[in-house]
Amino acid sequence: MEAVFLTFVFVLTIFLGFELISKVPSTLHTPLMSGSNAISGITLIGALATLKTEHTNFAIALGTLAVIFATINVVGGYAVTDRMLEMFKKKDKGGAK
Amino acid sequence: MSSVQIGINFAYIISAIMFIIGLKMLSSPVTARRGNLLSALGMLLAIVVTLFAQGLDYKWIILGIVIGSVIGIITAYKVAMTSMPEMVALFNGFGGLSSLLVAWAEYYQYPDMSVFIATVAALSVFIGGVTFTGSMIAFGKLNGSIPSKAVIFKGQHIINAAFLLIIIVATGLFAMDAAATYWVFLIIVAVALAFGVTSVIPIGGADMPVVISLLNSYSGLAACAAGFVISNNILIVAGALVGASGIVLTKIMCKAMNRSLANVLFSGFGSTTHAASGDGPQGETRPASAEDVYYILEAADSVAFVPGYGLAVAQAQHVTKELGDLLEANGTEVMYAIHPVAGRMPGHMNVLLAEANVPYDQLVEMDDINPRMESIDVCVVIGANDVVNPAAIQDENSPIYGMPIIETFRAKTVIVLKRSMNPGFAGIQNALFYAENTRMYFGDAKSSLQALVAEFKSGN
Repeated sequence: MEAVFLTFVFVLTIFLGFELISKVPSTLHTPLMSGSNAISGITLIGALATLKTEHTNFAIALGTLAVIFATINVVGGYAVTDRMLEMFKKKDKGGAK
Repeated sequence: MSSVQIGINFAYIISAIMFIIGLKMLSSPVTARRGNLLSALGMLLAIVVTLFAQGLDYKWIILGIVIGSVIGIITAYKVAMTSMPEMVALFNGFGGLSSLLVAWAEYYQYPDMSVFIATVAALSVFIGGVTFTGSMIAFGKLNGSIPSKAVIFKGQHIINAAFLLIIIVATGLFAMDAAATYWVFLIIVAVALAFGVTSVIPIGGADMPVVISLLNSYSGLAACAAGFVISNNILIVAGALVGASGIVLTKIMCKAMNRSLANVLFSGFGSTTHAASGDGPQGETRPASAEDVYYILEAADSVAFVPGYGLAVAQAQHVTKELGDLLEANGTEVMYAIHPVAGRMPGHMNVLLAEANVPYDQLVEMDDINPRMESIDVCVVIGANDVVNPAAIQDENSPIYGMPIIETFRAKTVIVLKRSMNPGFAGIQNALFYAENTRMYFGDAKSSLQALVAEFKSGN
């Protein structure tokens, strides 16, 4: 039953995602990509959950690696997106260098 | 479910809402930065509440988070804006790898999986593995450490089909009896990693916007699959959002090239320069010097810059903006017309011009500039080729026929900045270069533009 419930959530979210994203103008496609890329680092939550004290060494090693890579994805992804978005300015605010 | 777990799951719902609103705010340049921040806060919330779960091994968690954060922050702040496509590819690949590792760790600890969980575990490993190696190949192609041309080898389609078949059979075997088939699991890992390489290597550099969007979608779906493995809602919701966004972008990119996704992925487009160059457009080009171009621009009432990948290669975004400012000071209307697939990732040119402080209201989309093209005095094409090739409209036999282009050939005058007469990515000649109203201004884009800036400064 839980599988059905999770699939239900999955399907609805996919449709929500289509609705949300189709409205993004092409100017913002790169930040959108890198921002959504950072969100895909959500797998970090899964990685954290696999690091339990009762687990065997090998599972811990895999989990730690997963945490490292997912953290790079999350932290790097958000930071780089923020750097990009900082540059998008309107004319009156920006001005020449 | 313990009360702690229920609390954690409620917090996940709040995180999901923050992701959704954050993505929504990304749809306008005014709110985008706050949207990204909101999404980051949602992520932080999810991480923090996860740490309240019982029995976690904190020393490894802290070690992993510290190492990952340091690497992430340093790379994010060191990278040049022109290298953004490969950066996104790199981060994306790491996300995929992490999903693979999560499924592996979970399976290693609890090998006695149900058919459903084993199937999604195999999926998580497969999608995560393809995302990882596929992104690494894309990264290599984008930063030039691997030839960016499409690499075609013999039996390519057969090998890829064989890999897919192995994955399907192995997933079936694994799902039947996960506990007894660790070796099958390892085969899935190995084939997934190999498939990422063989499926991305035949795709050429200019098709990278499609590939990056697609890999972006995969990384979300991999996280989703990992979410199914550990029955975690937030992974499924966030992963599905990213999966959907990647698919939408992929569709937009394919449409902008008038090609199907299958054609982009499997045709090895651009691997051969079309032998038919002999019967391509021929004729005299009209080269112009910096001084000639200066006089044309100086007299123009409206100028549209049309940037392409060459602008990124030459790092010419700042000097382009400088020239634009001088033109504006001269009373000329200046705009920047951007083709959706110009560059190596969706929106690549927009980011570079934003870096150079070009206000986003001067950036014009293809569909907005084409109807008024006749009224534009001068189009300055900087390092773009196929996206301004009139063959896409006029020559039914051209491989790019039907692709929407920026119709610069209809402007009163076109100035093309180009290093040489070499054909672009599609390997076809460009009739625009031989047109009556076109002047070729040869040289490196950056130094050519600098020469123009100097002309303006001495002229004023």
